[in-house]
Amino acid sequence: MIEINNLVKRFGKLTVLDGINLSFLNGGIHTVLGPNGSGKTTLIKSILGIVVPNKGTIKINGKEVIGKWQYRDDISYMPQIAHFPQNLKVKELFKMIKDLRNTSINENELISLFQLESHLDKKLSNLSGGTSQKVNIVITFMFDAPLIILDEPTTGLDPVALISLKKIIKQKKDEGKTILISTHIMSLVEEISDEIVFLLDGKIYFQGTTDELKKQTEQDNLENAIANVLRESDD
Amino acid sequence: MIKILKYSFYDLMRSRWSYIYFLFYLALGFILLFLNQDVSKAVITLLNIIIVLTPLIGTLFGVMYFYNSKEFTELLLAQPIKRSNIFVGQYLGISLSLSLSLVVGLGIPFLAYGLFQSAEIFNFFSLLLIGAMLSFIFVALAFNLALYFDDKIKGFGLAIITWLFFAVIYDGLFLITMLMFDDYPLDKFALGATIFNPIDLSRILIILKLDISALLGYTGAVFQDFFGTSFGLFFSLVLLSLWIILPLLLIVVKSKRKDF
Repeated sequence: MIEINNLVKRFGKLTVLDGINLSFLNGGIHTVLGPNGSGKTTLIKSILGIVVPNKGTIKINGKEVIGKWQYRDDISYMPQIAHFPQNLKVKELFKMIKDLRNTSINENELISLFQLESHLDKKLSNLSGGTSQKVNIVITFMFDAPLIILDEPTTGLDPVALISLKKIIKQKKDEGKTILISTHIMSLVEEISDEIVFLLDGKIYFQGTTDELKKQTEQDNLENAIANVLRESDD
Repeated sequence: MIKILKYSFYDLMRSRWSYIYFLFYLALGFILLFLNQDVSKAVITLLNIIIVLTPLIGTLFGVMYFYNSKEFTELLLAQPIKRSNIFVGQYLGISLSLSLSLVVGLGIPFLAYGLFQSAEIFNFFSLLLIGAMLSFIFVALAFNLALYFDDKIKGFGLAIITWLFFAVIYDGLFLITMLMFDDYPLDKFALGATIFNPIDLSRILIILKLDISALLGYTGAVFQDFFGTSFGLFFSLVLLSLWIILPLLLIVVKSKRKDF
């Protein structure tokens, strides 16, 4: 379980997270939604300790995590855009990450799922954007971490890879993992989320299921419901 | 930390720039020995090159590597690794690979020329040690600047200015002060001012080792008096080490609070 209490993050004068109170239960797929600049990535990065919050606490399974690092053993994170050391080959990168995390999970299944076999001996600097993203996915899912955090995972993926990605996400959910996703793709949200959190101007605007959001906004599809929320917030 | 060091080092060892740097020193060593036909003269020429070039390359490589590996650093930050270990590991990786290019690049030609038969062997190794220390110092300064400034242009500009300051401007200010106050006894001041610039400190150390301190005039005598003793030598090596340790501590402190 992730408990976030009164989380504040400012970048200079800009307040990106403005006193967030939030909790995610273990298990299931939780989606973080919100317009550009609403603080989704900052929230995710705060949980990971990549961004250091100004105020507030974050607890994972009852343990305070700000300033710690050991807890990241239990997290798999997929960043929005992946850039890797340019001089390494793909298979060397996999080896390195495994070495850094001291685990030896077999990644071959994932490699064949995303058809990366032919790219293993290529240097990372020679990969296309979509292929790097596939490498990124393999790195994320090659560990058996109980918490999986995905920041805009669909960027640059072709439809085949997207289907494979959804398949893995569902499979991980069935294994009882907690999955946190930030995304803009509404169809993905509707298809897989158990719970959504809507961030707006650094505050939680809504937390609940998609059906509850539709009911609250009196809309019958999610896209309209979101648009409705945004219009209301402008008034 | 060792793992990060290993991978940064490995990454850099395969980069084109490390080879260019290495080949440059290799060529420089052979050319100097060929032109001078004498190890001790070659060492003096090398001194002037090393003292300016290692800080410049250290500074440039330091900022460049930091900015270029920003996304990779983010990937590492999401792994169960202590923050300070990531940055210290990367720092040691760069510094070691630069020092290795220097030591191996110059070592090969001098060994081939018959360094071990020469009386200059000790001076040559002090020169390499100083060059390596200067690399460590300026990579650390560059890392600090890159950590403080997210803007690449700003970071790059300030890094170049830092190098320029220590390599050129500092000496200029030093000379102006000496001229303006030449009615006063300035030898103590000269000694003090030298200590605060790692480049000057290294230069003086080597000049004294080479026993050409007569070039330094009266102040040289004061320097000889101070640095010539084993205490002076020890003291200056400690100071150079402090020039490495303090910026490194700053890296650790700053990296703990930084957002990525």
